[in-house]
Amino acid sequence: MTDTGATQTEGRSSALPAFLWKAVKLLLTVIVTMLGLLLVTFLISHVVSVDPVLAVVGDRASKATYDKMFIEMGLDRPLYEQFWIYIQKVLSGDFGKSFLTKKYVMDDIARAFPATLELATLAIIIGTAIGVPLGIISAVKVGRPIDQFVRIIGLIGYSAPIFWLGLLGLLVFYAKLDWISGPGRIDIAYEYSITPATGMLLVDSAMQGQWEAFRNAFSHIILPASLLGYNAMAYISRMTRSFMLTELAQEYVITARVKGVPEWRIIWVHALRNAAVPLVTVIAFSYGGLLEGSVLTETVFAWPGLGLYLTNSLQVADMNAVLGGTLVIGAIFVGLNLLSDLLYSVLDPRVRRRGGKP
Amino acid sequence: MFIRARLMATAAVAAFSLSTATPIWAETPADTFIQAWTLDDMISLDPAEVFEFSASEIIGNSYEPIIGYDINDVSKIFGIVADTWTMSADGKTMSFTVKQGKKFASGNDLMADDVVFSITRAIKLDKSPAFILGQFGLTADNVDAMVKQTGDYSFDFTMDQAYAPTFLLYCLTATVSSVVDKDLVMANEVDGDFGYNWLKTNYAGSGPFVIREWRANESVVMERNDMYDGLAPVMARAIYRHIPEAATQRLLLEKGDIDVARDLLPEEIAALSTNPDVQIATGVKGTIFYLALNQKNEFLAKPEVREAMKYLVDYQAIADTIVKGKMDVHQTFLPKGFLGELDSNPYSLNVEKAKELLAAAGLPDGFTVTMDTRNTPDVTAIAQAVQQTMAQAGITIEIIPGDGGQTLEKYRARTHDIYIGNWGPDYQDPHTNATFARNPDNGDEPASKPLAWRVAWDIPEMTAKADGAVLETDGAKRAATYVELQTEHQKTSPFVIMFQETEVAALRANVKGYIIGPSFNDNTFRGVTKE
Repeated sequence: MTDTGATQTEGRSSALPAFLWKAVKLLLTVIVTMLGLLLVTFLISHVVSVDPVLAVVGDRASKATYDKMFIEMGLDRPLYEQFWIYIQKVLSGDFGKSFLTKKYVMDDIARAFPATLELATLAIIIGTAIGVPLGIISAVKVGRPIDQFVRIIGLIGYSAPIFWLGLLGLLVFYAKLDWISGPGRIDIAYEYSITPATGMLLVDSAMQGQWEAFRNAFSHIILPASLLGYNAMAYISRMTRSFMLTELAQEYVITARVKGVPEWRIIWVHALRNAAVPLVTVIAFSYGGLLEGSVLTETVFAWPGLGLYLTNSLQVADMNAVLGGTLVIGAIFVGLNLLSDLLYSVLDPRVRRRGGKP
Repeated sequence: MFIRARLMATAAVAAFSLSTATPIWAETPADTFIQAWTLDDMISLDPAEVFEFSASEIIGNSYEPIIGYDINDVSKIFGIVADTWTMSADGKTMSFTVKQGKKFASGNDLMADDVVFSITRAIKLDKSPAFILGQFGLTADNVDAMVKQTGDYSFDFTMDQAYAPTFLLYCLTATVSSVVDKDLVMANEVDGDFGYNWLKTNYAGSGPFVIREWRANESVVMERNDMYDGLAPVMARAIYRHIPEAATQRLLLEKGDIDVARDLLPEEIAALSTNPDVQIATGVKGTIFYLALNQKNEFLAKPEVREAMKYLVDYQAIADTIVKGKMDVHQTFLPKGFLGELDSNPYSLNVEKAKELLAAAGLPDGFTVTMDTRNTPDVTAIAQAVQQTMAQAGITIEIIPGDGGQTLEKYRARTHDIYIGNWGPDYQDPHTNATFARNPDNGDEPASKPLAWRVAWDIPEMTAKADGAVLETDGAKRAATYVELQTEHQKTSPFVIMFQETEVAALRANVKGYIIGPSFNDNTFRGVTKE
């Protein structure tokens, strides 16, 4: 953003320390958040009465085998020591191995996360693309039948169990109508034709020009993504409606109308630009929620994502996996938070100006 | 960002219309066998470590054990890798010869040094199933002397006592007794780990299928092993897909996207039984469902109470409804199909009889106890049925739900009142279930903690008898001892043994030759054809 050479000019010298200070403050917040997150997760998982050794050695193992693993997993040390060792390792970039899959946690997550990322991204696109216009329409036609209709659609999307909707969707669109492919990410015929690059099948197949595989992957992802998108849409449309209602009641809108600005321009340019600022946060957090992975959706659609991975790990108290996953999710939220802050300053000139002036 | 989103949305719509234009095929490829199963218990592909249902089955189809048995008559034992065997005069050393001409999938010859390596490796790695071989007195320190190669195709297996020969042979049928390719495994050894870190996710066997790839919580892909010396499988590929949800499995099966669904619930099985495109296959498994009554509880410690509770379960009603087609009534500790099995189910729901017994115990008004219950559908439903019938005689049961880890934790620490659970045999010898009837040390920190210890049932005489049975070399006498043990156990023990599991799978109608065996490593698809 700023060139380091600029420190030499007088005007910038005061701005840079402020910028630096802001960066340090941000970094500190991130570190404290992450540490707190880790500590809480660590403590909770040690309160749960599940024996992680059992998950590894099984119920039948001899006492000697059990004891050996108990020590190998470091469980004989005091709690604070276990935590300290873990933190030290994380700081050196070692997130440890999952006791369950016996693989490096980051390798596991690198496998599971793209599946979730692909699904969540498509879902948030669908949710936003439909939710924002619907919200605007119901704000403009407030109280009219169309507003009521959107409200009902949204209510169903928000309150119907996604598990049930998923099975119903499969029954209708997959089993009966044959419009889409069933559970799983891709048909076996294509499974080995795509070389994994990003881990996101749509992106990988498109990059390699394998359009048959792309089409197949798309026919697998479209239903779960639409359902998750529907859920997100419900929330986004309600929020859009309420932000738009606030904006449309503002004096600048009246002024614009008096000046004879066309109605579509008032809605889509004047009001929406102002409503967009808080809306970005809403969308960012919906996206964040989707990126955590949805256990139920992943179960119904046999989607090997982050939600399923973390739930499995949690059930057997697989500490390294749970902590690693928590860190990743924490990082996603912090990242999205930063991103929406950044977008704020793009969308709102006041924020931009305030940021520039100390 | 908005522009990009709009672009992607346009692309998405375009692609969707493409995907709807042509129908997606609704049949699995003719040379590929696809199963839907829950694979989340898999932790390894190393035969020295595998102890889980799913992985056992995969190892059973890709490796060869030293000994095998006829899955229709478990008493018929034959060699798979082993050719012949003779016991020494002192009954402690079994001399084996190994079949000649076998090759691993890698092309290496399978010889005696591979067998000896596989056994010593399992003992030295000391993972969960190592005790199956270790119980013959093998330890990391002595195994090199106890299991010795005597020629290119022969080796000796020495035990610390003169155990029943069948006991040893049955243990050599287990997954842990699979033969691994020594040269290949040792080529991947790192820091003296016997190739353990490599073999966890790789393959070094000689069975009908080669394990090509395992993606945790996703799939396992197997391919026909062209080096296999038995009957070559018809299927070129066999794929397991991890599908955790039963309803999803059913949809996939009905649609024809999979050949077998492995985790269907009784109501789904019932619904599918009328579908002409689907057939149901069953096989009796060794797993037994039971209640464990902790003798540390003052009420449950009374012999009359223990017997009364055996009259307070409506076995037949549960078998006919809740677990229909998945479990049969079974009231002895050895599963059907084992040496020494006893076909005897004397108990049925009899509230009057139970009340008499409770009155004799000085508890005419009953009492209250808790029951730790794993929160799976089957177990929870059985627990609720038991709770209801027990209440008819005044016994109030508070069900404490928990996941598998939580309930097991309490049971292992013997801090439960009643535990409802299941026990599956580790190998096909009856000694694996003697855990119900032996408790060498009832102290709080004994060396071994069999099931009888977990209920604090102190039985020195029965323990001596059960341990004696392992040393009985005469098969008929040995079987008679187990029958005696079960007869007494059934009447006096603090175990209410209720059911034996039947494994059910739903298959597409065109699939032939799929076999559900008594143990998980016996489930096989090597003979599968599709018409």
